[in-house]
Amino acid sequence: MSEILLKVENLQTWLGSGEHPVRAVDGIDLQIQKGETFALLGESGCGKSMTALSLMRLLPPAGRIVGGDVYLGKTALLELPEYAMREERGGRMAMIFQEPMTSLNPVLTIGRQIGEAVKIRDGGDRRAVAQRVVELLHSVGIPDPVRRVGEYPHQLSGGMKQRVMIAMALAGRPELLIADEPTTALDVTIQAQVLALLKELQQQTGMAILLITHDLGVVAEVADRVAVMYAGQIIEQASRDRFFDNPQHPYSRKLFQSLPDAGKRSRRLAVISGNVPPLNQVFTACRFIDRCDRAFEDCEMAPGWTELAPGQGVRCHLAGFQDAVSIVELPEVEHAPVNAGSSPGSNQEPLLQVEQLKVHFPIHKGVFKRTVGHVRAVDGISLSIDPGKTLALVGESGCGKTTVGKGILQLVRPTAGTVRFAGDEMTRLKGSALRSRRSALQIIFQDPVASMNPRMLVGDIIEEGMKAQRIGRTAEQRRARVTELLGQVGLPDDSASRYPHEFSGGQRQRICIARALAVDPKLIICDEPTSALDVSVQAQILNLLKMLQNSRGLAFLFITHNISVVAYLADEVAVMYLGRIVERGEVGQLLAAPRHPYTQALLSAVPVADPRSKHEVIRLEGDMPSPANPPAGCHFHPRCPFAMPRCRERYPDLNRLGDGRQVSCYKVEQEEA
Amino acid sequence: MMGGLVILWTDALVFLLLLFVGAFGVYAAGKEHLRGPWRLVVRSRVGVSTLVILSFYVAVGLLDSVHFEPSYVADPQAQDRVQSTEVVSLFDRLVLPLRERQEKTYSAPLATHLYAKENIEQPGGTMIRDYPRLQYGGAHLANPAQDWAGDVLRLSLIGLVKGLVLTLVLANILFALLAPRRAGGFAGAAREVLTGKGQIPWRSALITLGLLLMVLLWAVELSGRYHLLGTDKVGEDVFYQALKSIRTGLLIGTLTTLVMLPAAILLGIMAGYFRGWVDDLIQYTYTTLNSIPGVLLIAAAILMLQIYMSNHADEFDSLVERADLRLLFLSIILGVTSWTGLCRLLRGESMKLHEVDYVQAAVAFGVGHFQIIVRHILPNVLHIVLITVVLDFSGLVLAEAVLSYVNIGVDPTMNSWGNMINSARLEMAREPVVWWSLLAAMIFMFTLVLSANLFSDVVRDAFDPRLRSSR
Repeated sequence: MSEILLKVENLQTWLGSGEHPVRAVDGIDLQIQKGETFALLGESGCGKSMTALSLMRLLPPAGRIVGGDVYLGKTALLELPEYAMREERGGRMAMIFQEPMTSLNPVLTIGRQIGEAVKIRDGGDRRAVAQRVVELLHSVGIPDPVRRVGEYPHQLSGGMKQRVMIAMALAGRPELLIADEPTTALDVTIQAQVLALLKELQQQTGMAILLITHDLGVVAEVADRVAVMYAGQIIEQASRDRFFDNPQHPYSRKLFQSLPDAGKRSRRLAVISGNVPPLNQVFTACRFIDRCDRAFEDCEMAPGWTELAPGQGVRCHLAGFQDAVSIVELPEVEHAPVNAGSSPGSNQEPLLQVEQLKVHFPIHKGVFKRTVGHVRAVDGISLSIDPGKTLALVGESGCGKTTVGKGILQLVRPTAGTVRFAGDEMTRLKGSALRSRRSALQIIFQDPVASMNPRMLVGDIIEEGMKAQRIGRTAEQRRARVTELLGQVGLPDDSASRYPHEFSGGQRQRICIARALAVDPKLIICDEPTSALDVSVQAQILNLLKMLQNSRGLAFLFITHNISVVAYLADEVAVMYLGRIVERGEVGQLLAAPRHPYTQALLSAVPVADPRSKHEVIRLEGDMPSPANPPAGCHFHPRCPFAMPRCRERYPDLNRLGDGRQVSCYKVEQEEA
Repeated sequence: MMGGLVILWTDALVFLLLLFVGAFGVYAAGKEHLRGPWRLVVRSRVGVSTLVILSFYVAVGLLDSVHFEPSYVADPQAQDRVQSTEVVSLFDRLVLPLRERQEKTYSAPLATHLYAKENIEQPGGTMIRDYPRLQYGGAHLANPAQDWAGDVLRLSLIGLVKGLVLTLVLANILFALLAPRRAGGFAGAAREVLTGKGQIPWRSALITLGLLLMVLLWAVELSGRYHLLGTDKVGEDVFYQALKSIRTGLLIGTLTTLVMLPAAILLGIMAGYFRGWVDDLIQYTYTTLNSIPGVLLIAAAILMLQIYMSNHADEFDSLVERADLRLLFLSIILGVTSWTGLCRLLRGESMKLHEVDYVQAAVAFGVGHFQIIVRHILPNVLHIVLITVVLDFSGLVLAEAVLSYVNIGVDPTMNSWGNMINSARLEMAREPVVWWSLLAAMIFMFTLVLSANLFSDVVRDAFDPRLRSSR
């Protein structure tokens, strides 16, 4: 039996004062053993970050720990005076944060910043410190650490910065590393690198990791044990395999069912209705009662913790009838026909046809703003979408996929190329001619908070496009239409006279969808519409989009980095790398057997919410190059495991293969020939 | 008694500003995002206290902004009304005694004798050299040396008691007004206010108001019989001068803003929204303007105006009108030199807003530029405008004092704190020192600027979205 490193008993953290403090953490018990990875899983606002901050005693000014005990080894952390606590922080326990960009001081070299942490822990002279810094950088896999020591944070990519943060955390040789969403801000290929690094470091140093995440895939990938948090409490705890085999709590089950994937294409995703209850109350009933479809009378009383096996437990009245729970199948989710009206292979005119689209942003320098170069954000992209179909544009951040959307919409004027939409050449239109054609082409943004003017009522927001496009002649007609649209996206009628901030993230995204629908578009560009949302809410939005596509015959250009959403929703997929499409094909075909080395690496790096799917992660070296200065030849060759001499000379053409898909790679060409 | 109403340029602008503020108030009342922060302002203790003090200043300033020409009957027999060329304000009429009781020269605060020795003819015909009795200050005392202290104390007490009584009356009126909406009726409202439990800190407002009224009525009692803050070189009451200066200070602080706002808002938003050559043009304009030393520009403009006015003296009916025009020009020229700061802020903010998703969405809907600016950009930068205006106010009041000190401020005949300080330059060099002009200007200016600063702090905090989340 291994030793217990961290023991948390009945930890309670409240935020704010006054009559209704927010009980962000409401009685948490957990134990972490030496050398294990313990994942704390939960949706946003459930208190998982607050738990981590409470353990480090780094709460914001409004927060305070009102009860409970935390033991690190034999030390009672909550009773330590602040100066002693400082020894523990960065000493026996260290923390890394979600946002590596803001966690580093931009005006100090990374050597100085890591050196600072080293000096506090080890003391010693300058030479020893410098040596240890290099050692640390080396251990987190930063190439050429001697040179990197003198670089500033802005010279490093996001993944590199996170590695530097990990190096700083390692400076004190911690026994416990608290990682608060360490990979959420990173791309999948970089995420795979960082997760692998964490695992490797754990094996070398034997430290325990408390991993805080919302991503079931990450948990399946690296965790040993899992605890699920909901509304400030841990509702389920189990070893990883048991949890993924047989989740006990209705909430955990729902989480799994709401994950989109290819197998659920023909169905609606399970959704958890409603929202997390506000935490500024004292709960008497089960916290999940309003959203649980298995609630019964007993649930009016808050359930206690039921230990099912050593190290496994659940906070649910159904836990006692464990067999009953696992035998009774959850109600079959309702089926909905998908793409019923579309006839495959019809030779009708595509709705949107983009040829050789280029968007270059000039780089200005000097007093006279001379153009010294171009950022080739989009560099010759061709794609087409048929009416009522969904094309997914997949790629990592910085590959130019958002710019493609804006270029098609003429929000950014393309540098070259053509955008034919429903018979019109959009790039040539100007002024009022362009304005009048905007109704058919709409966009939904990623961030539902930023996409609505906080100073306007929801009704006015939805009406804005109708007014601009002169849809609905009188104010009454427009009002009636607003009400109708709100009903279609599943919001109450009185929403029109409220402000956006009164709605939750998912509801706001529904308002954005209603706003786009108000002008009767034929094509909607969805720019990562679900990546700012929790899994259960994401399922609601995906269901809604699918339903609207069926009922209105909408076409979607779905811009995303989330492969499972693509698998669920898209008909066709185009993979982008550094401003160009590298592979394009029908969704099932492409996801099942990717041909381009980049696509292969990208798909393999996606964490799968199933610990037994032993897939090989193809680890890509380095980061995506800058679009201002792309590598010669194939843009992917510096990271490609199969790079050939030819790849360095010329960019390969996008060739159509026998099975109908298009790939731009010399290796694939060779294989086909 | 009252003659024709005279509307000076600045008066017109003051009332325009008042109209503007009123209209904004009506507009803001309907918008939660503007009403909410103001609600926070009136719920803060500092906010209401400073608001009470500022309203006193504003009230004096407004009363002083209603001008008319008093007509007086020159010859009772002829029934012939003669218009005087003098222009006075409603405030002048209110404090007529202060204005009319002019001494010969300097006298100390609450003094009964002049501050300079003179030859006095004794009843016996002999001449002695002594401090003569004042004509008005303490004239009711038979034996100043004996009665003075008792009289001042008596008057002070009367003033303070009057102030206290008035406060109590007002407090009861407040309770009565609050009572219908409170559970406990009148007693409940009183308990809520006095314990400071309500959402609006009425208690702080009442305490400030009480203190203000007590000081005010104390001043009224004493200045009825004495010169509360002494007299200046030509025997004018310094308390009166300081009160008259309030209007000048407020006008400089607010009119300047009124002058600069349209330019700053329009150009700032245009530069940030359209970018390209529009941005370049506007940016270069304000960068150039910013590189001209402000004082130099002000001096040049004021000197030119002075020359113009002395060459066209016949165009001005009265001294007041002349001084007023100079004040207006000072405001304009201060506005011209100070709009760049706000313009730059607004440019940056609208540049940011232009990239925000909801503006992009509006573009995708085909909404026109003007609509986007009015509907999306302007409402979202208004808080910056508001914060800047309130923060700039105290700076401008101080700027006036500095400019008048170097003689390029308001007209020397106009009452202003700057002019008072300017004249104090000579008074301080004199032996014995005349200190009260400077002190009076300091007290009045300090109170105004301090409350304006505290108030603007509260306003800024209320409108700052980053601070809002931590409350």
